[in-house]
Amino acid sequence: MGTERITASRRNFLKRSAVLAGTLVATSAAKPLTGMLFAANEPDKSKPWYGIGIDIEKCIGCGNCAKACKAENNVPKEPFYFRSWVEQYTIKNDGTLKVESPNGGIDGQKQTVPEEEIFKTFFVPKMCNHCEKSPCVQVCPVGATYESPEGIVLVDKEYCIGCRYCIQACPYGCRFLNPVTNTADKCTLCYHRIKKGLKPACFEVCPTGARIYGDLHEKDGIMHKFLKQHNCHVLKPNLNTGSKLFYNGLSAEVR
Amino acid sequence: MPPQLKTLLPLFFLLICIFLIARYFLIPESFGKYGHYRANSMDEIAALPTHYVGKEACTDCHDEEAAKLASDLHTGLTCEVCHGPGSLHVDDQEKGILLKPGSRESCGTCHSLNPARRTEVINQIDIKSHHPERENCIDCHNPHAVWELKE
Repeated sequence: MGTERITASRRNFLKRSAVLAGTLVATSAAKPLTGMLFAANEPDKSKPWYGIGIDIEKCIGCGNCAKACKAENNVPKEPFYFRSWVEQYTIKNDGTLKVESPNGGIDGQKQTVPEEEIFKTFFVPKMCNHCEKSPCVQVCPVGATYESPEGIVLVDKEYCIGCRYCIQACPYGCRFLNPVTNTADKCTLCYHRIKKGLKPACFEVCPTGARIYGDLHEKDGIMHKFLKQHNCHVLKPNLNTGSKLFYNGLSAEVR
Repeated sequence: MPPQLKTLLPLFFLLICIFLIARYFLIPESFGKYGHYRANSMDEIAALPTHYVGKEACTDCHDEEAAKLASDLHTGLTCEVCHGPGSLHVDDQEKGILLKPGSRESCGTCHSLNPARRTEVINQIDIKSHHPERENCIDCHNPHAVWELKE
């Protein structure tokens, strides 16, 4: 009798386990729950998946990109609203770091550190990293910011309630609250231009060709070539944001 | 069935109905088409006006300048790098006045000395001490063909 009881219980245990496992598999495949598996949508192979490459060695810090961005996207002219800007990094001989970006580099950069004190200096153009697992998209409480099927992080002005949560969440400081619309504002990779077959404004005016962008799905496209030929890094890789802005010649000091 | 449930169930049913009706009217048409957002907002952003027109739009009319530009070191530059956004000018040549920079400051945004600039990428000059007897860079240099000096 004792053995019978044990067998029955084992059978029940196996049955229940199978039901539980089956339910888990079924629910994980259910569409509304995929959000728990992917921070954003998986890339759609049929659409382009944009990535950006910036060659720091070619950047001369002229600030044309920042200027053009403001003109193209009607960004307020005050020196603290930027969708795209240029920073000048200076590492001194004593190891201290100085980062300058007067008016986002729009009026041109001037080196304020005397030349004999400089160990290393370079420009870093900054803009939205269009992350694959964007922290800003994940925190939006109303679904006003999202990643488009092309991998571009956009803001829906009609839906944004201006809670500033995304501005806090962006680890790269790429968002600001537009004082005119009172909604979150950020780089759209000039979505309105690339949809019309034009280059984004900052790419259009870069005099040295330090910026490129292209489809990361294209195996022999311009982005794959850039990534193959250069030793590229993303900003803050430890945060696992899946940044799609790749820098060639990025120093470890850049934050 | 307990009497409490009998009175509460219709109330619950009514509340659920009100919720569903309100939800139907509050959620915009395209919400959730691709994800947890309004898909139509992408079209709204894509329909925004552009201000930079691109080099081809300029060279259609200004072929002389384009030929000069192609002959010298500034060949990689688009016109709007120096002249600013050109959409107004394309619409109306009278009203859309473009920038014509050429001062020491405007040329200096690229060509002034800065240790962060690589010499192999850009030619640099001390914009203050270089020929102080002339006021502007374009007094001597032709910005479309930079090595063609005027005098």
